[in-house]
Amino acid sequence: MSVAAEKKRKGGFLKREFGDPERRTAYYMVMPAVLIIFIVAFFPIMYAMVLSLTDSTVVQTGPFVGFANYVEMLQNPDFLEGLINTAAFTVISVTLEFLIGLGIALAINQAFKGRGLVRAAILVPWAFPTVISAVMWRLMFQDQVGVINYVVNTLGIISQPILSDRTLLLIAAIGVDVWKTTPFMALLLLAGLQTISADVYEAARVDGANIFQRFFRITLPLLKGTILVAVLFRTLDSYRIFDLFWAMSNRELESLSTFVYKSVRVSQLLFAQGNAASVFIFVTSFLLALFFIYGLGMQTSTEE
Amino acid sequence: MASATASKGGAGKSTLSAVLFYVFLTLFVLVSIFPLIWIFKMSIITRSELFQSPPTLLPGNPTGESYAKIFADAAFQQALINSVIISGVTTVICLFFGSIAAYAIARLRFGFKGIIMTLILAISFFPGVAIIAPLFIQFSTFGIIDTLASVIITDVVFALPLTVWLLVAFFRELPRDLEEAAKVDGATTIQAFRKVIVPLAAPGVFTTAILTFIFAWNEFLFATTFLLTPETQPVTVVIPNFASQYTTDYGAQAAAAVVVTVPLVIMVLIFQRRIVSGLTAGAVKG
Repeated sequence: MSVAAEKKRKGGFLKREFGDPERRTAYYMVMPAVLIIFIVAFFPIMYAMVLSLTDSTVVQTGPFVGFANYVEMLQNPDFLEGLINTAAFTVISVTLEFLIGLGIALAINQAFKGRGLVRAAILVPWAFPTVISAVMWRLMFQDQVGVINYVVNTLGIISQPILSDRTLLLIAAIGVDVWKTTPFMALLLLAGLQTISADVYEAARVDGANIFQRFFRITLPLLKGTILVAVLFRTLDSYRIFDLFWAMSNRELESLSTFVYKSVRVSQLLFAQGNAASVFIFVTSFLLALFFIYGLGMQTSTEE
Repeated sequence: MASATASKGGAGKSTLSAVLFYVFLTLFVLVSIFPLIWIFKMSIITRSELFQSPPTLLPGNPTGESYAKIFADAAFQQALINSVIISGVTTVICLFFGSIAAYAIARLRFGFKGIIMTLILAISFFPGVAIIAPLFIQFSTFGIIDTLASVIITDVVFALPLTVWLLVAFFRELPRDLEEAAKVDGATTIQAFRKVIVPLAAPGVFTTAILTFIFAWNEFLFATTFLLTPETQPVTVVIPNFASQYTTDYGAQAAAAVVVTVPLVIMVLIFQRRIVSGLTAGAVKG
């Protein structure tokens, strides 16, 4: 096709898009949502990228320094600790949530008495504000009045106060996250299970497939789409963990997000480095999402 | 799976598996709600009982002292009011922009639909912490740091994907004929939306409103970044600070946590069916 013809076709496309009254109305209707997203999310992330390449403070934009902030960031032990904690937290908590959630979903995927009660119990931890659940669990881990601290001390499992040891704190945070979001994971997976027709299992049983074969050959493949969506959402959520670490630990348990927050809001001496870490979190989240969508073949189509 | 295995074997085996099943369920329910019950217990016992070792299982001498203390605390009252305003206004704005955008996506034909939907959904993958520094600078320029507006703006943006996604799913379920009939009768697209779709979609819109409200009520990062004084901070920011304010008064901290979660728990219990249908609408294509 010649350039001129292509141009004409393109012009025709734009004319059709914006000339037709119904289509124009559609654009007017999505415009406010799109504009506010651009102004409040996409413009600021570009701004953060610019700031991360300059020697800026919160009050003034400094000179261009290339990738110096990123180099400093990667040498900062606090950042590295945050990175390791975040990676460990994300991998361990999402894995546990997925496995336990799948187990629960499989178990309750049937009609039974008291189903409503179970569903309500599932939603209780989910509805809690994360910071408030952190405060609650912290009271239970507390060394003077905390019931969990009392139990583990009495049983002789742990002798030091849980809240003053960073490794124990990280384990505790993983525990709280698993408590809070496993039910949600179970709920999503259960909804996925309910779309699989019983006939498929029946047919497999007639053909002599055992329980493991049915699970690995039918349940898992048919549930793949739901699993990918649920795991991707949970992974990105855990990866930006902030409130749980912040409220459970008197602010000493480091994650990537607490590093950014401390750098740009608390100390402000590390403002430029904090912006570099912001961009780091953004880019790595984006890559994670791309990996799920292209690497693992997650369906993203939203069409009917 | 479980249903596929349950019917196998004799009567004895199925009774045993039923018992095991209910033991498992009971454990699961207990683990889910234990912290709330325990914190409630901590909030109604006396200070001396709180520090007893071993801890008591049932409250020996229930008292409302801790509640009296936090409700007398002006900062806590203000925080509750701020939380209600932030969540309420966020929900209204989100539903307004979200429902018109969702209607266009669900019902109208236009070329950039896929791109726009991806753009909106991309926000749910967006790490909010990545933009707190630039937003702090921008909000300072506009003079809205430490006002409820700053947090409402960011909450609206980050709740929008949820709102739009849910509403698109709900709008698609509605019969098309009604709007078409309205249009044949001379209604414009906007009128068809306002007079036909909005009333019909009320249950779906209501579910979306609950989920958006919970989202905004639970938000912490933006609130702690942009709100600097107790006059503007919501409960999520104020309560963790109680740990330094009421240092060893764990009863008051527990009472505050209960006050903030009980309304949510009640809402969840009343609307559980709707909430579950809303939460799972996104993950499973129906």
